[in-house]
Amino acid sequence: MAALTKPKNLQDVAAPGRDGVGASPLRPDGILKVKGDFAYSSDLWHEDMLWGMALRSPHARARILSVDVSAALAQPGVYAVLTHEDIPGSKFYGLEIRDQPVLAIDEVRFHGEPIVIVAADHPETARRAIAKIVVEYDVLPSIGPVEALDPERYGYVHAPADYKAHAFGNIVHSQHIHHGDGDSAEVRALADVIVRGEYEVGMQDQAFLGPESGLAVPAEDGGIDLYIATQWLHVDRQQMCPVLGLPPEKVRLTLAGVGGAFGGREDISMQVHACLLAQHTGKPVKIVYNREESFFGHVHRHPATMVFEHGATRDGRLVFVKAEIVLDGGAYASTSPAVVGNAASLGIGPYVIPHAAVDATAVYTNNPPCGAMRGFGAVQMCFGYETQMDRLAAELGLDPVELRRMNAMEQGSVLPTGQVVDAPAPVAELLRRVKEMPLPEVENWRTADGPDVRELPGGLSNTTHGEGVVRGIGYAVGIKNVGFSEGFDDYSTARVRLEVIGGAPVALVHTAMAEVGQGGITVHAQIVRTELGVDQVTMAPADTRVGSAGSTSASRQTYMTGGAVKQAAEAVRAVVLARGRDRYGWAPAFAAGLRLAGGKALTAAGEVVADLVDLLGDEPVDETTEFRHRPTEAFDKVTGQGFGHVQYTFCAHRAVVDVDVELGLVKVIELAAAQDVGKAINPLAVVGQIHGGSTQGLGLAVMEEIIVRDGKVRNPSFTDYLIPTILDTPPMPVDVLELADAHAPYGLRGAGEAPTLSSTPAIVAAIRAATGLPLNRVPVRPEHLTGT
Amino acid sequence: MKVTFTVNGRPTEADDVWEGESLLYVLRERVGLPGSKNACEQGECGSCTVYLDGDPVCSCLVAAGQVQDREVGTVEGLAQGDTLDPVQQAFVDAGAVQCGFCTPGLLVQTHDLLNRAHHPSDAEIREALSGNLCRCTGYEKIMDAVRLAAARKADARDAAPTGLEG
Ligand code: FES
Ligand code: FES
Repeated sequence: MAALTKPKNLQDVAAPGRDGVGASPLRPDGILKVKGDFAYSSDLWHEDMLWGMALRSPHARARILSVDVSAALAQPGVYAVLTHEDIPGSKFYGLEIRDQPVLAIDEVRFHGEPIVIVAADHPETARRAIAKIVVEYDVLPSIGPVEALDPERYGYVHAPADYKAHAFGNIVHSQHIHHGDGDSAEVRALADVIVRGEYEVGMQDQAFLGPESGLAVPAEDGGIDLYIATQWLHVDRQQMCPVLGLPPEKVRLTLAGVGGAFGGREDISMQVHACLLAQHTGKPVKIVYNREESFFGHVHRHPATMVFEHGATRDGRLVFVKAEIVLDGGAYASTSPAVVGNAASLGIGPYVIPHAAVDATAVYTNNPPCGAMRGFGAVQMCFGYETQMDRLAAELGLDPVELRRMNAMEQGSVLPTGQVVDAPAPVAELLRRVKEMPLPEVENWRTADGPDVRELPGGLSNTTHGEGVVRGIGYAVGIKNVGFSEGFDDYSTARVRLEVIGGAPVALVHTAMAEVGQGGITVHAQIVRTELGVDQVTMAPADTRVGSAGSTSASRQTYMTGGAVKQAAEAVRAVVLARGRDRYGWAPAFAAGLRLAGGKALTAAGEVVADLVDLLGDEPVDETTEFRHRPTEAFDKVTGQGFGHVQYTFCAHRAVVDVDVELGLVKVIELAAAQDVGKAINPLAVVGQIHGGSTQGLGLAVMEEIIVRDGKVRNPSFTDYLIPTILDTPPMPVDVLELADAHAPYGLRGAGEAPTLSSTPAIVAAIRAATGLPLNRVPVRPEHLTGT
Repeated sequence: MKVTFTVNGRPTEADDVWEGESLLYVLRERVGLPGSKNACEQGECGSCTVYLDGDPVCSCLVAAGQVQDREVGTVEGLAQGDTLDPVQQAFVDAGAVQCGFCTPGLLVQTHDLLNRAHHPSDAEIREALSGNLCRCTGYEKIMDAVRLAAARKADARDAAPTGLEG
């Protein structure tokens, strides 16, 4: 066996930056990224490395009668062909429920489920080997979300004898919320107007650009080193160890460059497969999905069907809401239980409503597994309740923004879960701000030389010169939780080291946080500069040698790992100042009042009392701490009551669209947002999150859907699954509010997800305003507008 | 087969190339230039954009054999040593880079645009970059970056003695 060392091309994100909290220093990885030198997980290379690949099911539901791998094994250049029988440990994994086979066992439950994995000397060799594997199937009718609710008739996605969950038939998880008197007859009698609507949200894909990929390197101690693009190193490892039959210390993960995530890397994809092949062959194995495999290789946003009833008084006060939500969880549980919790608890939106009855359920089906995607259960609901608010406004003859402002929650309001919102909740203010932004020019496509088709729906396809083009404006606002909820022990670990290098104080930050593009590493350096008063901050690679940072999801990393870095830096500062007590005889109270800035220790009044370099001396200070947000509680199973979420975050949008009503083509002219972020630790990055999230909401409004028919995915490519291009994406003015949350580090509020919620319903409201059509389903397609 | 071509001005040779391999694969896996990205490998995302004889192309759609004796320019060739090209610097400064997976392709495409058009309008920028997907930024900061790069290049031209445009 060749000497197994570190792979080449692993980056060193070590460039020092500038500036503290509230500034917008440049990303420490920015230069590497623009030079093409940043090593993404798909760029890794190792001497003697093999390529791994999976054979995936062409059927949504089938019994596997036989698998013949002999021809594949016999092909020159093939080093391993593995089925579930070759797995040394547990054959299942899963984030919340371990129900997903690493490789299919006797049956397949979704189109694209992996059955066999191959390692070969070239990707083409692996592809040809895969083509030679013969699988005999007995194809069964697939179970969709409607059939799933009647298992007696249509059967079970998971046989009742198997693992968990089957006590409940095809139901993965459900949550009921009963608030006030629910939707009792007495409550209904209080409403002058009741509006009922049925809504549907299609299956959206995260469509991160960097495909699932990584490199597994067998180590001499019998363990594995995995270089991987993921959202949560430690929970990847937690799921991998039982399968590989290895203890945690022998499964070491290091974060490679991540090309976006948006929830799609919360579950593991090729991690275990690459490690199994590396274990089996004793050689490094790289797996890189192509785009088609990526569509099959990660979970998607849950499609939803929702029935809402809103009751209000004649003057526009909401009296009650009733909501019934079914989420298609697909073949395996993934994060469905938590998505259900969000859908139920956030299901009535950012409004004060005295009575509510909400039911949310996720079902097992033979559709692709669904799980985490930016907005996590709150996106679907926001489309439902915001459409209802518009319909109610129309019914009452009220301005839709006014109706929202009248019913908007604020600090001190009680949520349907009984939780009192104990931080700013500026819902009405965000709506006011977004409404007062200047509107874009009317008929902006007119020029002195005639219409500029690039500014019209249809664009360069030159489908109209302005005939049939109608403008519409729509508004929406949403509510999202931050951090892990429902009693989960949510924590993050950070290590900060401070020492003198070359005569200057230098800090090192080491966490396991997955930098997926959001800019967490920029923020960590800013925090350390602010807390320790040093210029130079370097980042150790994220890996499992330090404790868990939790997932880069739930808008939580700046709060949680940012909070952990702050706490570790404070611990370092305390040690440094204690040295001053020893060295200079400072009184404890005096030392406690000092701060560190500009490489010095200063009194509150700004008087320099020592140089940081002298305080530190030759001995580094190295502190590791765990940071937790205040505890939450599980929702009561029956009533849904409980202090379930640690923090709430709000964003409002105004969308302006032009619709070619004859052809059904939509051009979003402008998408304005106002969001409260508590404290913008890095304003440039915050605005970047709002732009990116808003654009993904635009995609869901008018373009993006994985089309599934009888369990088969019809459009697994960027040719057929369209995400917004620069031509589809309008100018997006952003107004950032900073109302501090006293419970959070620096008062910050997680920012990444809220903008993904309200952009979709705002755009659809604008299309409704232009067309007068009901539009109860997203994405809105041209045929929905033309009726053809 | 063996393919001989020029990459970023350097004569380069790739051995044992299978005829189905793309230029993207050869760059990434055979000649040690993984800067060009592989987001779709079907001509839909632009992350693999490189110059081929001076024109931007999707390298995933170019068969390796087609580049025999031709000149390829990749993102790795944009900077002069440690000095970034104004387009690269503008992307960093404007916050146009988040995950950065779209960035190499966008840089090459923008570099080409600004060689052709010194003062592109917003509509021209959008048209030129319409084949390059970005999932993170919503393109607003990318627009800023292109405008910034154009302005800085114009300033540099104004400052330079006439005849030295570029
Ligand atoms: S990788 Fe070539 S266009 Fe997407
Ligand atoms: S920065 Fe991530 S795809 Fe553009």
